[in-house]
Amino acid sequence: MVQFTLPKNSKIRTGKTWPKPEGATNIRKFQIYRWNPDDGQNPSVDTYWVDMDTCGPMVLDALIKIKNEIDPTLTFRRSCREGICGSCAMNIDGINTLACIYGMDDVKGDVKIYPLPHMPVVKDLIPDLTHFYAQHASIMPWLETKTNRPQTEWRQTIEDRKKLDGLYECVMCASCSTSCPSYWWNGDKYLGPAALLHAYRWIIDSRDEATGERLDDLEDPFKLYRCHTIMNCTKTCPKGLNPAKAIAHIKKMLVDRVV
Amino acid sequence: MRYLTDRKRAEGKGASGTGTEHHWYMTVSAVGLAVMVPTFLYIFGSTLGGSHEEVLATFQRPFVAILSAMVLVVGLNHFHRGARVLIEDYMRGMNRKFALIFVITFSYFLMAAGLYALAKIAL
Repeated sequence: MVQFTLPKNSKIRTGKTWPKPEGATNIRKFQIYRWNPDDGQNPSVDTYWVDMDTCGPMVLDALIKIKNEIDPTLTFRRSCREGICGSCAMNIDGINTLACIYGMDDVKGDVKIYPLPHMPVVKDLIPDLTHFYAQHASIMPWLETKTNRPQTEWRQTIEDRKKLDGLYECVMCASCSTSCPSYWWNGDKYLGPAALLHAYRWIIDSRDEATGERLDDLEDPFKLYRCHTIMNCTKTCPKGLNPAKAIAHIKKMLVDRVV
Repeated sequence: MRYLTDRKRAEGKGASGTGTEHHWYMTVSAVGLAVMVPTFLYIFGSTLGGSHEEVLATFQRPFVAILSAMVLVVGLNHFHRGARVLIEDYMRGMNRKFALIFVITFSYFLMAAGLYALAKIAL
């Protein structure tokens, strides 16, 4: 059965409360999920206070400040700090998003930060995305052709190129897939919104010659049809993309093959 | 823990090549039921409070009998296919298989019982 409660060793306990910065007048409370695989303890939520007068506007700025000035053991992924790499995806104030482009002004009250939900945790705010990436690889995210390679480039009209807009921008941050209840319950088989959005990106690429094979590989009650159009993916996508629409288009194409 | 590569875990047993028929049936039957159920409920509601003979007379009319039969067949087919999705979502292993067998059998039993009752009234 689906688990509706956390396993015993995943129950979250109250963690350490770090001291407030001395002399600071404009401070903000951060509650951050902590878990260290090496200490044998259950996860905890630590409380930090950040001086907002000396901190950048984004949640990632605060996390970096906490790591640099308060607790160097706090662990999280980050790289580009401008919403391009997708590394710093986490659950902030109940929303899966990128910490680097999520402003603290958008959060009312305390800033609560957890790792992406329903994924195995490597440490603190770092989820294990191994299966997520393997699912992405399984949809063959590359141009598949059968015709001999042209002398120059594979040509594409401006109209056909425009069809890829709203799809190619996905940075594989996993915010959408980890917000999807279907992916929570059946993530082992269901490809999830991110992989399916990428699948659709290659299916409608006018240069790709494996459309039939790609659709064949998706025609499955679990791989594709676990999507129940819940739309959490679209609501949460930090890049403003619409994976649910892409999935609906795949379903439509599959129906068009038989009706 | 088995020694499987990440890719093998993601690929699983591959695509079954099914699901589209189910998706299409649910779409078509939903549209059909959207018309049939309100009509059936209107007719059914109009018989409420009537005498036994009046109710029998209503359900003996060909249109009402055929509509009732269609609501039964299409509705219960729609139901067990929808319940299948729910069961697949939330149950695992043998429990999933037993639950699916129960729901499908129960739906066909209801369908047969309903059609029998309807035939007894209408014919």
